Amino acid sequence: MMGFIWFWLVAVMIVGYVVLDGFDLGVGVLHLFLVRTEAERKATMGSIGPVWDGNEVWLLAGGGTLYFAFPLLYASAFSGFYLPLMIVLWLLILRGVSLELRNHIDVGVWRALLDGLFGLASALLTIFFGAALANVLRGVPLQPDGYFFLPLWTNWQPGLHPGILDWYTVIGGLVALVALTLHGALWLVIKTSSELGRRAKGIVTPLWLLLAALTVVSLAATVAVRPESLNNYFRYPATFVVPAGVVASLAGVWILNRKDQPVKAFLCSCAYLFFMLAGACWALYPTLLPATTGSAHDITLSRALSGPHTLAVGLVWWIVGMTMAVGYVVFVYSKFRGKVDLLPVRH
Amino acid sequence: MSSELIHRLHFAFTITFHYLFPQLTMGLGLLIVVLKSVALRSGSEQWDRAARFWGRIFAINFVFGVVTGIPMEFEFGTNWARFAQLSGGVIGQPLAMEGVFSFFLESAFLGLFLYGERRISKLMHWFSAVMVFFGSWISGFFIIVTDAWMQHPVAFDRLPNGQFEVLSFWQLLLNPWALLQYAHNMTGAVVTGTFVMAAVGAFYLLDGRNVDYARIFLKVGVIVGVIASILIIFPTGDLHGKYVARHQPAAMAGMEGVFKTETGAGMVLMGQPNEETGEIDNPIVVNKVLSFLIYGTTKAEVQGLDKTPPDQRPTALPLLFYAYHIMAGLGTWFVLLMVVAAFLLWRGWLYKTRWVLWALLLSFPLPYIANTAGWMTAELGRQPWLIYGLMRTSEGYSANVSAGNGLFTLLGFMGLYALLGLLFTVLIYREIDRGPEPQVPVGAVNAG
Repeated sequence: MMGFIWFWLVAVMIVGYVVLDGFDLGVGVLHLFLVRTEAERKATMGSIGPVWDGNEVWLLAGGGTLYFAFPLLYASAFSGFYLPLMIVLWLLILRGVSLELRNHIDVGVWRALLDGLFGLASALLTIFFGAALANVLRGVPLQPDGYFFLPLWTNWQPGLHPGILDWYTVIGGLVALVALTLHGALWLVIKTSSELGRRAKGIVTPLWLLLAALTVVSLAATVAVRPESLNNYFRYPATFVVPAGVVASLAGVWILNRKDQPVKAFLCSCAYLFFMLAGACWALYPTLLPATTGSAHDITLSRALSGPHTLAVGLVWWIVGMTMAVGYVVFVYSKFRGKVDLLPVRH
Repeated sequence: MSSELIHRLHFAFTITFHYLFPQLTMGLGLLIVVLKSVALRSGSEQWDRAARFWGRIFAINFVFGVVTGIPMEFEFGTNWARFAQLSGGVIGQPLAMEGVFSFFLESAFLGLFLYGERRISKLMHWFSAVMVFFGSWISGFFIIVTDAWMQHPVAFDRLPNGQFEVLSFWQLLLNPWALLQYAHNMTGAVVTGTFVMAAVGAFYLLDGRNVDYARIFLKVGVIVGVIASILIIFPTGDLHGKYVARHQPAAMAGMEGVFKTETGAGMVLMGQPNEETGEIDNPIVVNKVLSFLIYGTTKAEVQGLDKTPPDQRPTALPLLFYAYHIMAGLGTWFVLLMVVAAFLLWRGWLYKTRWVLWALLLSFPLPYIANTAGWMTAELGRQPWLIYGLMRTSEGYSANVSAGNGLFTLLGFMGLYALLGLLFTVLIYREIDRGPEPQVPVGAVNAG
């Protein structure tokens, strides 16, 4: 029971991270293409300035929760994915620094460099995150002791000895890139007006078409690479509501964007990310990290779970703490609601 | 180089660089609350501007702290997987709590403090400053709890699979080691904050600009600084040292350079520990002081390294000895300088006494060195243990991450952090050069 609860609590943290940091990553990718003037760039950056750091906290809090609830999974996955994780860390550092520091530098060339760095780091991060999820879904060559070490690539085939990147995980990376870029575009439609907002709205359509196609491809590829993914769904057919939710929320994005209801369209995009991730989690459950070396080596829920007292106590503070955290998030977003480019410049 | 050494250096390097930033964040957090409180009570625009100026410094510093902090949470898994696997049930707890209880609070209110001054009332803005301070200090607490459990494990049990399990949540959080270390460490952070603030004040006065603000910075820096400099030695350092002597006698022997157990042990002020001969070369010793400092009587016996089996003695003995002596020596300098400065401030002479202003200006790097040396003392003293008495450092690193891969990412971090250090210096210099007087904003983001 504790295992079931903590599995989904960690999933909630991951969904929270993707939904929240997702739009500022997407804005990071988009601003390279969408923004024409310095004023627009300021508005774009201003739309994420007060919140990006808080959004990234979900990653840290999620990592901490994973460490404490499933120590074996945390230890095995973080050391096994050593190289890509280190690259993710470097990208997170470069991205955070370039975003914050552009406000402190008034030399055009340096700003352009920082903006380019910010966009590039954002794009690469989305790809890495998507590929990471795909790696977990595909499985890794776990040894009997519960550890593994993956090179960045081998022969680009998912098999017994895959790399971080193969054709399947590259698809995962592309899905994440497009989904989060779309997510960011919808955020910009809410937060900006005039020309910029119109351009953001315009780019939603091609991104949506691309995402719809990639979603179908990635779901089919997942079933092809790991047919067991469907077991839980057939055992509990009611859970096909999750893939149905993917389709419905994706349709919602299209319709509501057309109808000029940007907030609802953005919420549909949140729902899309939620259903995609929840669907992936459910496809895995109760496995946490499948082994390509035979299911006997899988890291399962029961194998990775922390001790009973730890988890029981954790549940108490986790609920208290996250309730407070959600309170701050709501408070901050409500203080900064409204369009950013209509406001006077700060002195 | 062995994998173990590389993984140790990896963590040591990234944590040492990281902690340059939070110590100022935590120290300044408190000082900004002081500035904002005076501004709120007196309605003085000048104190508000002073707070805004330090808010900008704080913000830059905070970003560097955040981005260099993310790797720390990951490195338990990436570089210390076998340790993480066994300890997650215990220290995963405070680490996760730091995220849940502190980071959300801190990031939310920092956004409000920096971007929201025009959208919220004066009282609410003051409250944001308090919450940012509060958040950063909670964060520090959970990290200290984590470290304290590795130094002095309490309230645990072992599961059949070897994992450590918490028996009492409150005993974990209220570990006496953690409380003492927290008091000592946070005072150290305040020392850093006050020395930086006083140094900027001294710089402006010596340079003859922003004179009114310089006086505010010196006043706040020196008054809080003299209190913190004294507190860091007595009682926090004193109590913490006595606790270390009781529970990690080998660490204390290494710190003080006591090779042979003796009654009425003297304190080595300077010297070089020689591991081969088991003596201190070229020592300057004050007789019987060490026994008195630890046990309150000059006749007490102080346990030397000879009582500890060779394979359980601190592995980097000279480094431990030097780190501790550097910390203690600098701590003494902080008290001297701050007491003199506080006396001059009280008499109204400080702003004209140029040599003291110079001393304050030049002393700002020293608390960084002292804090770093203090942490080195704590962590080197714990060796060869990762969890004191329970798990060796050699049993904890990621065996599946090869030495070459570890070295590659360590060098990568070194390069990246060199760049960050350079950027940070430039940015802080620019802020100080701009000063607290409002100007046309350089690229101040629009209020969104």
